[in-house]
Amino acid sequence: MNVMSKRSASASKKPVPASLFDSRILLEALADAFRKLTPKQQSKNPVMFVVYIGSILTTFLWFQALSGKGEAPAGFTLAVTLWLWFTVLFANFAEAVAEGRSKAQAAFLRSAKRDIAAKKLDEPRYGSNYSKIAGSTLRRGDVVLIEAGDFIPGDGDVIEGVASVDESAITGESAPVIRESGGDFSSVTGGTRVLSDWLVVSITVNPGETFLDRMIAMVESAKRQKTPNEIALTILLVALTLVFLLATATLLPFSLYSVEAAGAGQPISVTVLVALLVCLIPTTIGGLLSAIGVAGIGRMMQKNVIATSGRAVEAAGDVDVLLLDKTGTITLGNRQASAFIPIKGVPEKNLADAAQLASLADETPEGRSIVVLAKQKFGFRERDMRALGATFVHFSAQTRMSGVNLESRQIRKGAADAIRMYVEEQGGKFPQAVQTLVNNVARRGSTPLVVAEGGHALGVIELKDIVKGGIKERFAELRQMGIKTIMITGDNRLTAAAIAAEAGVDDFLAEATPEAKLKLIREHQADGRLVAMTGDGTNDAPALAQADVAVAMNSGTQAAKEAGNMVDLDSNPTKLIEIVETGKQMLMTRGALTTFSIANDVAKYFAIIPAAFATTYPELNVLNVMGLATPDSAILSAVIFNALIIIALIPLALKGIRYKPVGAATLLQNNLLIYGVGGLIVPFIGIKTIDLLLVGLGLA
Amino acid sequence: MTSNGFLQIAVYVIVLLGLAKPLGGYMARIYRDKSIRPMRWVGSIESLIYRLGGVKPEQEMRWTEYAAALLVFNLLGLIAVYALQRFQSYLPLNPQHLAAVTPDSAFNTAVSFATNTNWQGYGGETTMSYLTQTLGLTVQNFASAATGMAVLVALIRGFIRRNQETIGNFWVDMTRSTLYILLPLSLLLALALVAQGVVQTFSPYQTVALAEAVSYEQPKLGADGQPVKNHEGKPVLEKIEVREQTLALGPAASQIAIKQLGTNGGGFFNVNSAHPFENPTPLSNFLEMLSILLIPAALCYTFGAMVGDTRQGWAILAAMTVIFVALVFVTVPAEQYGNPVLASLGTDQAPSAAQPGGNMEGKETRFGIVNSALWAVVTTSASNGSVNAMHDSFTPIGGMIPMWLMQLGEVVYGGVGSGLYGMIVFALVAVFVAGLMIGRTPEYLGKKIEAFEMKMASVAILIPPLVVLGGAAIAVMVAAGKSSVFNPGAHGFSEVLYAFSSAGNNNGSAFAGLSANTPFYNFMLGLAMLFARYWLAVPVLAIAGSLAAKKIVPAGSGTLPTHTPLFMALLIGTVLMVGALTFIPALALGPIVEHLQMTK
Repeated sequence: MNVMSKRSASASKKPVPASLFDSRILLEALADAFRKLTPKQQSKNPVMFVVYIGSILTTFLWFQALSGKGEAPAGFTLAVTLWLWFTVLFANFAEAVAEGRSKAQAAFLRSAKRDIAAKKLDEPRYGSNYSKIAGSTLRRGDVVLIEAGDFIPGDGDVIEGVASVDESAITGESAPVIRESGGDFSSVTGGTRVLSDWLVVSITVNPGETFLDRMIAMVESAKRQKTPNEIALTILLVALTLVFLLATATLLPFSLYSVEAAGAGQPISVTVLVALLVCLIPTTIGGLLSAIGVAGIGRMMQKNVIATSGRAVEAAGDVDVLLLDKTGTITLGNRQASAFIPIKGVPEKNLADAAQLASLADETPEGRSIVVLAKQKFGFRERDMRALGATFVHFSAQTRMSGVNLESRQIRKGAADAIRMYVEEQGGKFPQAVQTLVNNVARRGSTPLVVAEGGHALGVIELKDIVKGGIKERFAELRQMGIKTIMITGDNRLTAAAIAAEAGVDDFLAEATPEAKLKLIREHQADGRLVAMTGDGTNDAPALAQADVAVAMNSGTQAAKEAGNMVDLDSNPTKLIEIVETGKQMLMTRGALTTFSIANDVAKYFAIIPAAFATTYPELNVLNVMGLATPDSAILSAVIFNALIIIALIPLALKGIRYKPVGAATLLQNNLLIYGVGGLIVPFIGIKTIDLLLVGLGLA
Repeated sequence: MTSNGFLQIAVYVIVLLGLAKPLGGYMARIYRDKSIRPMRWVGSIESLIYRLGGVKPEQEMRWTEYAAALLVFNLLGLIAVYALQRFQSYLPLNPQHLAAVTPDSAFNTAVSFATNTNWQGYGGETTMSYLTQTLGLTVQNFASAATGMAVLVALIRGFIRRNQETIGNFWVDMTRSTLYILLPLSLLLALALVAQGVVQTFSPYQTVALAEAVSYEQPKLGADGQPVKNHEGKPVLEKIEVREQTLALGPAASQIAIKQLGTNGGGFFNVNSAHPFENPTPLSNFLEMLSILLIPAALCYTFGAMVGDTRQGWAILAAMTVIFVALVFVTVPAEQYGNPVLASLGTDQAPSAAQPGGNMEGKETRFGIVNSALWAVVTTSASNGSVNAMHDSFTPIGGMIPMWLMQLGEVVYGGVGSGLYGMIVFALVAVFVAGLMIGRTPEYLGKKIEAFEMKMASVAILIPPLVVLGGAAIAVMVAAGKSSVFNPGAHGFSEVLYAFSSAGNNNGSAFAGLSANTPFYNFMLGLAMLFARYWLAVPVLAIAGSLAAKKIVPAGSGTLPTHTPLFMALLIGTVLMVGALTFIPALALGPIVEHLQMTK
């Protein structure tokens, strides 16, 4: 797969159209608003379909009025008709803007992919002739050669060779990893770089068919399935629409009867009934519902997360349990040197000196941390390698150690077994004392690096896990959201417990095997909890498939990506927290706008009821608490307010309302105050203002 | 309002809430199949019933089976009551030799008593034989109440169970509701009422001489039982002079006890609990009023106890009580304030030692303003519908509140069982919107509320407005509907709206003033009652089935607590908003404009 490199990935965060009102998108959306006026498009949204039918009806009534046989003055009918059409158009526009933004983002992601030159082998074996072609033209089954220094041109499987690969571009871990044919480490990811040796790789995907490509295409096509909560909400909105349809439709016979009974006035006109109906049905949420959904997926893309479905984003808002890998998520991917532990007879300072020399040219974070520790403890300053006449021995897949050769000294550092081999090769003996030290360090959950000079092992450098800064606060935040965090690690229980306590996670799974992960997820699900997890390895795939929300790292294997329902392009495991927030925002925005929409109706009744029956029962003018000028201006003001509020709320629908992890009750109280009580008050002010404007402009 | 008025209302509410826990706890034990020591001997009767009926009590039903059993049982009851009415002239226990009831009236009454509505288009003492009253109507009073309780218990089981397909056994729930709850309570109440002077006898009506002859005019009735009209379309009046009176008697106390306890409300006599033989004293009035809301209120506690968190039950009970008390304090003052038109004529409507003051038209002097107005709110907040005063004579606002309480869907206490399951449906809607607002898939008592539940809840919320508004719209459009309206203007409209509000929410209280015993109204209101009852009960059972099959999500800090004042406020808001938004336009053309015209 031709994934982008880290550079383009991080660059893509900024240029994605960030402005809500990019003029190109707006113009396109304006045209789309009219294109969406077809009955087929409209019938997808039941609430707006009622407005659509109402608009058509009043248009006919206007023609009828023009011919002099109308039930209401032509000018009034026209004004109502126009604003009803605007209501429909505004809702279309909201949806079109959201879609336009998503499309623009998808297009950007596509363009951000970088092409890599590939050495395509004529025969699938090392040493065969190759031709240089563009990576994007590689097809499934093609075999390429990647040599030290080359970028891997696409996702594939290693069929020959062993090499150390720098996957830092996507994993953020600078320690190179070993990739070799056969086994679990045979999969390579496009965009990563071979550091040493060579690989022969069989490409596993066709151009444009990669997982990423498919997902971008899906977002672009804007074919969006409604999410479960959206369906449930639509049902509620349809029910409310039917209730209001009943309340207004029966008003005609009631009005006819009242005119008969009171012996005065005119029955309510159909134009006014349609106006009342449109004002009452939840057009605000109905008009913005689909925009909220589209915008939700768009917002995920802004965060460089591609969701395969809105359902997944929505489910993220419901997550109860979060499974997080320790390495790279909770702790820094790299361990840092925390102690020099010499064997008996070797002064610590000597060990530190050797370790520092061996690490001077080692640019990995572990290497840097050794230099830093040596400086902290013994004040060793960095020495110029060239002045010392030293040559650096690079880490290689075969030796699995690095070091330095001075004129008379040969220093190596590496894993215990690698150094043991080295020492024994040099004719030395690997002392039991070192092995004891190694075991002790390992038991503490730290990583031991053995340092050897010539044939003698000097001691051990302890590399410790470092919990990421600020992670504890994020977990506290999650706890307040009601989400339980579980750390997953291959470490033993003691180490896991120590790190879990330091990081502030709620629970941990130590010595985790893929089976144990799967079992843990199933247990939580059986209890009715929704589980989210992140993963990247093939061995994560079963657990990812089982989890309700599964975020695969883009750096991960194809299997992991296929099993997940979201892919994080930045491969940043803490992204889950943002994903949860976005999911919650989507739901909250819908809930808040529903409440707002229904609360609005109270003011609209006060505007329309006295106006509608002004001729039959003038006493009802007591209810005209806003003091609206005339019955016509009252009805028109309500209709105009109803249309304009959709436009006014587009930015909110696209951005989503803010989520603060303050606990469910407080959150509800805040939102009820803002959108419930606000929804009661705002239309009184809005309708009155519009009425004043209409009167001021001489339109009423 | 007088301080005595406050005191009476306070005593009523305190006694009602005080009884909720003991009775609610008892009912929870009954439904959890726990034995209760003093009632242990009833168990043998219970198992005898199961053996006779061929019921295997441990065999559970899916919601569809449960609903089918319910519908079949109710249909059979409906047919039985219809047949009893049609054939009563051939059957025993008919000392007055009352004729067969007309087909349309018999249909209406059979539906009315099967659906726990007890709308009465007929007058009891002039229409129904003792056999019809006891074997037909009284039995249905038990059966329809037990049906409501069974549906509620099935719904509660939906919340308690996880990953199960069944929601209980309808026959067991019916039997236990009747045997352990309704019968013992009715027995106690009937004895108390007899002690207060309510009649209980099979002897025929007594004729006694009047101390003073009375003469009056009334609309002349034709052979069809309809008022005869002159060429102007006005009813023809005839003058009647009366020297003796017939005192209607009958086995009243036994029927009245269950009529109140089962929120049925169908009176033994035509004027219902305004009749001195049904409700003779202030104490009998208090007991009857208390027994209307007793079970509906206590069931809230039962709900809490059964779901394992009594706070949940108290929260719903509190929400109901807040609405109830608020509306009591609209109706009682409206009646106590009296009629400003009369005030302008110089009448004294102030309460004093000599008179209750206020609007006494249509009220019994032994009950006065407070107990008449309080009864009106009680009977319409529960789906009872019995009356001790004529609601048609209430002030516009005083009469609007009972009408609106019915339009709220009979969920403020509501009918036995049906009130609480209706309220739980509202709670689901409230939880749904609230859940979205806190960014989680909504859940109530650990059950996720999803599309299916919303669909069923929507049906349940949609049906009453459809029936009420649709029915009233048809009635005011067709001649058959309009000809029964005797009062002019907005008040006439209120009467039609009230009739459909009552039938469409299975209340059964009548505004009177509307001549409703016509084929048109008997049929329309009969349909309204059928839809309102079963189109609600079946979706509720569907919700129960769907919930029972779900997992229970453990509560966490992200879960919306549903026992807090905030949630109560939200629930109250949902009920009131739906009720207000649906019915404000119609109410504006009825009682609201009538009130504005009166106070102009």
